[in-house]
Amino acid sequence: MLAHSVFFYFFSVIAIFSSLMVITSRSTVNSVFFLILDFISVGCLFIMVGAEFLGMIILIVYVGAVAVLFLFVVMMLNVAEQKQSWFIGKKSTHIPIGLIVSVLILLELLVVVGGWKYKDDLMSSSTLNISNISNTHQLGLVMYTDYILYFQLAGIILLLSMIGAILLTFRQRKGVKKQSYFNQISRNPSSSIELRNVESNKGVKIDD
Amino acid sequence: MIEIGLGHYLSLGAIIFFLGVIGIFLNRKNVIVILMSIELILLSVNINLISFSIFSGDIVGQIFTMLILTVAAAEAAIGLAIIVIYYRNRGSIRVEDIHGMKG
Repeated sequence: MLAHSVFFYFFSVIAIFSSLMVITSRSTVNSVFFLILDFISVGCLFIMVGAEFLGMIILIVYVGAVAVLFLFVVMMLNVAEQKQSWFIGKKSTHIPIGLIVSVLILLELLVVVGGWKYKDDLMSSSTLNISNISNTHQLGLVMYTDYILYFQLAGIILLLSMIGAILLTFRQRKGVKKQSYFNQISRNPSSSIELRNVESNKGVKIDD
Repeated sequence: MIEIGLGHYLSLGAIIFFLGVIGIFLNRKNVIVILMSIELILLSVNINLISFSIFSGDIVGQIFTMLILTVAAAEAAIGLAIIVIYYRNRGSIRVEDIHGMKG
């Protein structure tokens, strides 16, 4: 169990440090990199505690997709000149109120966690059950049978978010010539072919 | 201290939740960092659900973690799209400059 606790403290210290750096770092790109580090260490914690499938999903989906999406947006927008420390500049009244509220939330959560009486048969990490079937197998057995509606609902949410993101960022640029399939197909020869008598030494003016 | 129990994981989730909340309140740079703080909060919720699921031997918590992951990904995509069109219209995404609803 020594290895378990050593790895737990290692990854959790990295996770807390990197989430602290996410909210305090001066440039946004550094924040995104620390967010990636946070996701990686929490994913390692998940794998360590026994939820391998979700740990790998965290690594693939969060680090591979969401964090890279953040990185793309940070690089697309010009936020480089906007770096500014919190406490410099115009005085804001949000800061003391925000600090009070956040510290109160932390204290309440820690009081709840510290004073909680766990069930007697709640397992400690030394007696984690290693069953015959793997974590992914267990998850699939439950997800595709009892929770199939939630699974499909999640798919619909993803589809909606994709359509919404495309619709929000779509814009019609002016001055760009595009191919219109409908106009191409609906032409007929009488409207598109024109016969002219061309006199000699005179050209033909084609309107475009 | 050596024996890692449920309380350790819940404390880790509480601390990360606190850091996410404090990031939302104290941020004055841009809206992207606020979105990242929301991601931190969702991650701490995932930590809570997974640790309860593991330590009580019930797999359902992990299924709800997957649903939260889905919602987090969708929220990040929509939020970043809104930020992009806001930047395109206004030319700035600083928190102080966003006061269009204040009249």
